[in-house]
Amino acid sequence: MFLGYEALDLARFQFAFTVSAHIFFPAFTIGLASFLAVLEALWLKTRDDAYMKVFDYWKTIFAVTFGMGVVSGIVMAYQFGTNWSVFSDKAGPVIGPLMGYEVLSAFFLEAGFLGIMLFGLDRVGPRLHFLATAVVAVGTLLSAFWILSANSWMHTPAGFEMNEAGQFVPADWWAVVFNPSFPYRFVHMVLAAYLTTAFVVGAVGGWHLLREPANRGARIMFSMAMWMALITAPAQVIVGDLHGLNTLEHQPAKIAAMEGHYETRRGAPLILFGIPDDAAETVHAEVSIPKLGSYILTHRWDGEVKGLKEWPPADRPSAELIFWTFRIMVAIGFAMAVIGLWGGLARLRGRLYEARWLMRALVLMGPSGFLAVLCGWITTEVGRQPWTVYGLLRTADSVSPIAAPAVGASLIGFMVVYLAVFGAGTFYIIRLMGKSPDTPEDIGILGPTRSAGITPVAGLLDRLIRSG
Amino acid sequence: MEIDLPFIWAGLIAFSVLAYVVLDGFDLGVGMLFPFYRKKEERDVVMNTVAPIWDGNETWLVLGGGGLLAVFPLAYSVVLTALYAPLIVMLLALVFRGVAFEFRWRTKRAKFLWDWSFSGGSLVATLAQGVALGALVQGIEVEGRAYGGGWWDWLTPFSVLTGFALVLGYTLLGACWLVMKTEGAIQAKARAFAWYTGSATLLAIGLVSMITPFLNPAYLARWIAWPTVLFSIVVPLMVLVCVYRLFLGLERGSDRQPFFAAQGMFVLSFIGLGISFYPYMVPPSLTIWDVAAPDRSLGFLLVGTLFLLPLILGYTAYAYWVFRGKVRVGEGYH
Ligand code: HDD
Ligand code: HEM
Ligand code: HEM
Repeated sequence: MFLGYEALDLARFQFAFTVSAHIFFPAFTIGLASFLAVLEALWLKTRDDAYMKVFDYWKTIFAVTFGMGVVSGIVMAYQFGTNWSVFSDKAGPVIGPLMGYEVLSAFFLEAGFLGIMLFGLDRVGPRLHFLATAVVAVGTLLSAFWILSANSWMHTPAGFEMNEAGQFVPADWWAVVFNPSFPYRFVHMVLAAYLTTAFVVGAVGGWHLLREPANRGARIMFSMAMWMALITAPAQVIVGDLHGLNTLEHQPAKIAAMEGHYETRRGAPLILFGIPDDAAETVHAEVSIPKLGSYILTHRWDGEVKGLKEWPPADRPSAELIFWTFRIMVAIGFAMAVIGLWGGLARLRGRLYEARWLMRALVLMGPSGFLAVLCGWITTEVGRQPWTVYGLLRTADSVSPIAAPAVGASLIGFMVVYLAVFGAGTFYIIRLMGKSPDTPEDIGILGPTRSAGITPVAGLLDRLIRSG
Repeated sequence: MEIDLPFIWAGLIAFSVLAYVVLDGFDLGVGMLFPFYRKKEERDVVMNTVAPIWDGNETWLVLGGGGLLAVFPLAYSVVLTALYAPLIVMLLALVFRGVAFEFRWRTKRAKFLWDWSFSGGSLVATLAQGVALGALVQGIEVEGRAYGGGWWDWLTPFSVLTGFALVLGYTLLGACWLVMKTEGAIQAKARAFAWYTGSATLLAIGLVSMITPFLNPAYLARWIAWPTVLFSIVVPLMVLVCVYRLFLGLERGSDRQPFFAAQGMFVLSFIGLGISFYPYMVPPSLTIWDVAAPDRSLGFLLVGTLFLLPLILGYTAYAYWVFRGKVRVGEGYH
């Protein structure tokens, strides 16, 4: 025991804390890497330096974010062994190779070409440099592919057998990799990353346009972000719905918890708001639309929807948290779709750069992608409880034989270090975003990203040192 | 004949650990030497010698960890639990060190903080790695399929010794790297450091090698049994050859020879360690075959690895080649 907590609770909290911190960075870098590749391609095609300026602007931000993604990710790779050693021993033969492929096919690719992308323009020339940028972007997507396959397998295990030692052993790799929830989760997460980036880029563009309506770089950002939002936000709503239907098939208890359904019913209502209470097995102060719940989940008005009471209490996830996280995510999803359509409409009328209320809305929604991603993951992971490998291996049976004080101490270490270090990083990123994209001396000079020769570095450095 | 997949994988994991030591070793060493450079321009240059490649170097550590989970899951779960404290400390230290590469350019006022975070993180991470290595060499207690020892088992005089030995060794690698990648005053200072740390590393290797055989009767037997006794003679001799080349290179002002000679010392020490270990993965009780995942897991990953590993080595070499040559003050990537 440590401050009244068991090692298991502490290990869970530590994993949740470190992985939540980590996911912020991929959610941003996956989208940003693709955005950068597109910007550089546009620059190569048009040779319009405005694109290069925007590229440099976001490249610096990308570098800072990516660094934090790497260090927080390395922690994750070791957490499975330090805190979840029984899980590692048992599920390692199946999910280990997936993560192995992530390292081999994605991390090395990203790391190998990141240096060239950040520092190498003068050394390799524009074409090879573009190739490096594109390779980094592909690397982030490959990374998402493998890690989400591993994670999805824990939700919907397939293609395995058990051996005498109680380990999961692979029987059919194709079935393992493309397990039933993986395609949905992969598409949903990649869209989530693109949306997160689109709203950050759009918010930064909008912020600067509100101040300097003619700012060329800010216009490029704003316009590109609005295209992205227009296409991906409605797509995300549809994909999210399909994802949910798939979950209903494989993890109905999770859906029951997300929806706040305790009773199995035909013609179940859609609960908009309420306060789920696991102990009393009811939702207090419920506001609901009759029969709509059944319609959304079964596409029939009187379809049967299972409630949590179908499962023994020991096998149920808690509804109290994910009822809310799910609603926050969905609300943000619809808000994003509305903004995407609004932007499309403004563009159609030729007034995109005058749409000041749209810009304000974007600034407000800038961080919403991160919140939606976090809420989505909490819904997914807490809804999987009490299992690590769904239906087969309990979380309580996965934990390492570690003493609570050891986990407690390391948990405090992670919290203090992450808050300080990533807090500082976030501050630097926001400060970089505050600089106008059209004042060349502000871009990249502060950092190792601008090569000598393009600008009179020494003089500018001096100025910056005085100003920064 | 059946292919012995666990054996092949033991070789591949050993290779990736060695690749990590060879590549990230000098990178951490540069971090530890960083505080000895006082001028801002010098510090910029010192950091820039590794800035474009550090991430790739550290990825070998991820491969070591991730690979272990994939192919030797039992070893992964036992070792990581046993070495809980040093590993967590290492991870936290790597956080400090890794972010410094970017953060230090983002601020003027707090720059000194990130300078400290860079060098302090490098030092602590190295120390933790050395301690973890020492604890593993000493042996880990296993009960059933789990770690059976206590929370402080990793902390012994021997593991502290290996901790400091690794600090000296990585600093040597870092100094030699700087000799190769810089010039002028920075290089001269690095050369002096290489002299000190080279001698100290030799001493440390000697000390560790003398103690190791007595930690475990199996190690001793290995070192005096025929034919492995041949190695007991050849490996130390070759280490001495490397040391000679190192000092000769420093004496003659060669740029590259010290670096490769120092790396040679590391490779040989690693081979020596491998001889002691084999066939154990978690000494003194679990062999490679005890901890291996089923052949279907090993085979699945091996197919891709045989294709991807050469590719990785290829483009890693390319990245080093792109950033070849000296890094000069005021020049480079800034
Ligand atoms: C959907 C995407 C996604 C998800 C769910 C995760 N990651 Fe991640 N990870 C990435 C997407 C990503 C990335 C985009 O590839 C990163 C972000 C920044 C970076 O450096 O690469 C990364 C970095 C990154 C690194 C550093 C790689 C390097 O050295 O370059 C490691 C070791 C991990 N991750 C491991 C994990 C583990 C063990 C996870 C599960 C708990 C995890 N990640 C969840
Ligand atoms: C990256 C985004 C992710 C987030 C934000 C996230 C969030 C969480 C949360 C909140 C928990 C704690 C649940 C609880 O104890 O109630 C958890 C547990 C866990 N997750 Fe995730 N998760 C993520 C991705 C992953 C991935 C990609 C994997 C595996 C490849 C994974 C594997 C696990 C494991 C092993 C546990 C610990 C056991 C458990 O409590 O179920 N997670 N995660
Ligand atoms: C109306 C819109 C949306 C719907 C209907 C929806 C639906 C869902 C469902 C049902 C899950 C849980 C799946 C499971 O655990 O099996 C989920 C997870 C998730 N959602 Fe959404 N979602 C929507 C919008 C969004 C948005 C806008 C984002 C981010 C920008 C987002 C990010 C995520 C993430 C990161 C996860 C966890 C990973 C996963 O399981 O895919 N979602 N979503």
